[in-house]
Amino acid sequence: MTVTTQTPDQAKASTLEDRAPRHRQPFRWGTLVNHLVLIAGALFMIAPLLMLIQMSTVPDAELARTGPSLSFGDRFWPNLDKALFESMSFSGETTGLNMFRNSMILGLGFAVGKIIISMMAAYAIVYFRLRFATLAFWLIFTTLLLPLEVRIVPSYEITQKLGLLNTWTGLIVPLIASATATFFFRQFFMSVPEELVEAAKIDGAGPVKFFIDILVPLSRTMIAAMFIIMFVYGWNQYLWPTMVSTQEGKFTLVQGIKQITQGLEGGHIPEYGRSNLLAVFAVLPPVLVVVFFQRWFVKGLTESDK
Amino acid sequence: MKRAGFDNPWLPILLLIPQLSIICIFFYWPAWQALRSSFFLEDPFGFGETFVGLENYKRLWESSQYMKNAWFTVWFSVLVTFFSLAVALLLAVKADAVLRGAKTYRTLLMWVYAVAPPVAGFIALIMFNQRWGPLTEFFAQFGWQMRVRLDYFDTAFAMIVASVWKQIPVNFIFFLSGLQSIPRAVREAALIDNRSGISRFWTVTFPLLAPTGFFLLIINITYALFETFGMIDTILRNNPGNQPVTLVYQVYLDGFRGQDIGGSSAQSVVLMVLVLALTIFQFRLVERRIHYT
Repeated sequence: MTVTTQTPDQAKASTLEDRAPRHRQPFRWGTLVNHLVLIAGALFMIAPLLMLIQMSTVPDAELARTGPSLSFGDRFWPNLDKALFESMSFSGETTGLNMFRNSMILGLGFAVGKIIISMMAAYAIVYFRLRFATLAFWLIFTTLLLPLEVRIVPSYEITQKLGLLNTWTGLIVPLIASATATFFFRQFFMSVPEELVEAAKIDGAGPVKFFIDILVPLSRTMIAAMFIIMFVYGWNQYLWPTMVSTQEGKFTLVQGIKQITQGLEGGHIPEYGRSNLLAVFAVLPPVLVVVFFQRWFVKGLTESDK
Repeated sequence: MKRAGFDNPWLPILLLIPQLSIICIFFYWPAWQALRSSFFLEDPFGFGETFVGLENYKRLWESSQYMKNAWFTVWFSVLVTFFSLAVALLLAVKADAVLRGAKTYRTLLMWVYAVAPPVAGFIALIMFNQRWGPLTEFFAQFGWQMRVRLDYFDTAFAMIVASVWKQIPVNFIFFLSGLQSIPRAVREAALIDNRSGISRFWTVTFPLLAPTGFFLLIINITYALFETFGMIDTILRNNPGNQPVTLVYQVYLDGFRGQDIGGSSAQSVVLMVLVLALTIFQFRLVERRIHYT
């Protein structure tokens, strides 16, 4: 076993220091410190989530006295049942499952809508000789300057005037009114070689055919990255849904968090079991998407600013 | 615009119409509305409005509550930005150095990106529960009896901890990918020149990461200003009382709860100007950054 073998992965990951002869330095304090710092960091990030889950396994009455602890109880399944199916409102429409469905509609609707509209606009700006292309570009560009939170009151008034309160359109479409994804796609289209258009034109492809048959398949990594980022963004929306959808049947999980925390006050025993599980559901889908597609997610996030 | 493109008079317009119309209706119209109402005093019941010029702005300037919240926002942004950048940089440098488990660490350190701010607030409420919150108990060991939601300082502290926790992953991802894009040749040259790891970090790695740092600075300030809304709202549970709030939260309070449309609009305009200034600052930096990357 004297021959050193390295998989390509290891070779890529190894830094310079690693290539210094290893047998002379069998143990380095530096490496240990690195790991300790990283473990402390990882614990700091993950401990709250583990605590939420632990708390959901203990009877509420016990929790109210002692708070989170290190041992698990046996109340997980009853609490899960309660969180998913039991209503928390007068109308009976606010169950965990229903809010989950609504969050899904908001997240998917926002991501899909944003990607379609942004790709179309970016295509128009990059690939066409258009007299007012610069004007369109700046009109879209300036939207990056103003987050929804700042213009929330007039946006609400306008949505109300248009009769869109408590509709999916009113919930999703105003959120799409910013240019983030358009810029990601514009950057990407600019990096596509010019020869492709020329070749497509020689082959007799029109603009629609070129877009659907060549540009969209080429962009699929970018589309995937955008989808992940935009889904997480849409799912996590809080202020706008709180304003626009006041009907209990349309509550999303993130929006429901407020309801949940308010339920923790008052004379009765706070329902930590149920509320913690609802909080876990509120983070589960976006977290899973980010964890499983981290390669695309990181690519989309970091390459956009370059 | 590409050199080689299509000549089609109506198709690009058709492609642009959806985005432009949404932007006009839900961006320009409300932004204009905010600017306009900031010069008017509106009747809370919608029975008309009076032009008052800069009166709303003057009122803000003279309001001690607004100035207090403005100062809180400044401190809040500075502390959140500093601590989340510092912790993320430390973790990124360590994650870049280790060989074993690098991917596991990356996953464990970045998943919080996907946590919604209100959930971060909810977690903070549990961690800082007055009777048995783990962090309350921790600080009690040092003789600090925390009263989050009752004591101004303690509430601010909880808000900052929750915001830093939520923001570390974004900074971590950017710093790590910044570190990994430093060319191997540069690292090797640095290693020959300088044996001390710490001094190598400050003289070689840190300057190379500076562009990423500047970019993240803006991202973090914007985050502290705007995206912490849900977290703050959850911690305060709709009842700010005398507790600290950021300027964005105040826009919401005055506009929706107080029905003071003029005052709230003036605050929106102040924030717009602030964001505009930040953006211009960022672009100046981006221009400069071309020189050393």
